[in-house]
Amino acid sequence: MENGLVVPAIVAVTLLTVGIGFYGLRLARTTSDFLVASRAISPTWNAAAIGGEYLSAASFLGVAGLILKYGVDVLWYPVGFAAGYLALLLFVAAPLRRSGAFTLPDFCELRLGSRRLRILATAFVIFIGWLYLVPQLQGAGLTLATITGSAYPVGAVLVAVVVTANVALGGMRAITFVQAFQYWLKLTALAVPAIFLALQWQADARPAVAPPDGPLFRTATSVVVEHPANLTFPDGEIRAVRPGETISFDAGDPVPEVAGVTIDAADWLLPSTAGADDRGLFATYSLILATFLGTMGLPHVLVRFYTNPDGAAARRTTLVVLALVGLFYLLPTIYGVLGRIYTPQLLVTGQTDAVVVLLPEAALGHGATGRLLAALVAAGAFAAFLSTSSGLLTSVAGVISTDVLGRGSVRGFRLATVIAGTVPAILALNVSGLDVSQVVGLAFAVAASSFCPLLVLGIWWRGLTDLGAAAGVLVGGGAAIAAVLVTVVGPPLSGWPATLVAQPAAWTVPLAFTVTVVVSAATRRRVPADVGATMLRLHAPDTLRL
Amino acid sequence: MSATDDRAPTPGTEGRPEAPVPSAANGRSVPQPRTRIVLADVSGREDRGDRTRAELAQQTRVGEALVRGLVRAQLALALRLSLVVVIGLGGLPWLFAIAPSVSRVTVLGVKLPWLLLGVASFPFLIGVGWAYVRLAERNEQDFTDLVQRPEH
Repeated sequence: MENGLVVPAIVAVTLLTVGIGFYGLRLARTTSDFLVASRAISPTWNAAAIGGEYLSAASFLGVAGLILKYGVDVLWYPVGFAAGYLALLLFVAAPLRRSGAFTLPDFCELRLGSRRLRILATAFVIFIGWLYLVPQLQGAGLTLATITGSAYPVGAVLVAVVVTANVALGGMRAITFVQAFQYWLKLTALAVPAIFLALQWQADARPAVAPPDGPLFRTATSVVVEHPANLTFPDGEIRAVRPGETISFDAGDPVPEVAGVTIDAADWLLPSTAGADDRGLFATYSLILATFLGTMGLPHVLVRFYTNPDGAAARRTTLVVLALVGLFYLLPTIYGVLGRIYTPQLLVTGQTDAVVVLLPEAALGHGATGRLLAALVAAGAFAAFLSTSSGLLTSVAGVISTDVLGRGSVRGFRLATVIAGTVPAILALNVSGLDVSQVVGLAFAVAASSFCPLLVLGIWWRGLTDLGAAAGVLVGGGAAIAAVLVTVVGPPLSGWPATLVAQPAAWTVPLAFTVTVVVSAATRRRVPADVGATMLRLHAPDTLRL
Repeated sequence: MSATDDRAPTPGTEGRPEAPVPSAANGRSVPQPRTRIVLADVSGREDRGDRTRAELAQQTRVGEALVRGLVRAQLALALRLSLVVVIGLGGLPWLFAIAPSVSRVTVLGVKLPWLLLGVASFPFLIGVGWAYVRLAERNEQDFTDLVQRPEH
């Protein structure tokens, strides 16, 4: 991995991020500028900023890695990540903007007038924000370690410091410019190498993506073992390997099977079937539910909607975001698929998240083109860490400064940013072994099980009460959080319990909706007296200006 | 507190067109003729739209029914379009599961599930979103027309 261009590319992205941040800093004057950019940002800028903020390490690196490892079944990740914006558009965007709240706790208080519900929502915003921040910082550490050979904490601390300083000094106005720039950078960083990769694949006489006998090594490759494992070779031989051992493969050798990786061509190429794989089908639907409904509950996504001038603009912005995000998600599939041909050693090492950064040089060679494209991809990956962390940090810090510290001053926001950035940085340094994509998926599941029912029922159903909303968030979100904790620190499970805990959304989301509706119906007398006025405010067209 | 206060609706202070200064003011030199004539002008122009707006803002039974109708129309639209997505996309895993032969179909050298999920799903989602924005804006236009329709 001796590519001298990678580090300059990463430094350039970081400097550009900070530079645009300081350009914005000169424009940011008041608290309102810091928090909602004075609501003076055009829909196109705003949509690019939302897209830039949303496309995290999980999208840039994780999706391609999952496709390389598991095949067609995980295509639901990109589809769901994009479809989340459609659910947001259909049920939330315009009314939420008109509500005038700019955080989820604000919405709770406006709609239901309950301080205690506000506190509960604050706790969930912070939990989801940190749950999402830790894997971003970890991904940064692991990526930097993979491509430059630096120690793991370097990347994590670097991203944490840059992002915390930038958010604390520039606030969201600056961040809007930064995020919009980073959307286009991320798109370019995947699209340009993808074109070269596709041309290279043509020039190589289109090698089969999924040969019937499983993937083959194209070139002589050696793999250094880091963890004990059992490799199953196609001829049935099982070989136990120990750390430190080096395994060499010749060109044309088949790739051995490691537990947890889909090697079989048909399994990789074709979706789960009924009967044989009911748990796979359940996991697929659970994933669909979590990603479709979880996006609207992510704190860093919602806060963006208050920078639209009115409800109609919020709707149009969301549609542009859907288009931008959909365009981006065409690309990771190409990397995952070509990774089967050019980087099969990742199937043995299990470090499939590295496929995006390793593929350009693996396919195009170590000449100038390969090295330039590898540097471009590394810059894009770093943009992904920086932008998503910035967005998360802005929203968590906003909630901490208004609801925990209880002041709306610029200094309060800066203090909150430092607190919000320090905690996940410490966690990222101490908790290792979390799988980036899986934790991000769990964050979606928690958001879908807590804030989705609250938002959807709060916007469309007059009968919602504060107790109903609190019960739904506590039971649904609590169940999802329990599943997260069992997954991260609990004992290894197998069979149905493992599936139910690893992909909880299919039972926690219906549970949250049911509890919310039942408890609200039982406490009907607590429906706020001003619900009619609130409904009018949420749904009346902007042109009436009631 | 938060910056939400600046968004609080202020009925009656915004969105009302400035009443034109009528030419009747060129009569005798009455003190402050302008004020009197403007007031008369506004009350004379009080149309059904203003009354309906007041009904909406004051939560009368008529206003309440109007808002309920709008909310129901918008919710029905959102649910109808999500049903399109639930069937169009949500049906796919089930279809692939019960009819494995479908997933073996190859189009342009690519297996159908890869093409449907990896490529076709995104334009499909954008198309549904585009339809929603158009139809939701039409619902709102209908509501605005209803509220602002002049008497007869």
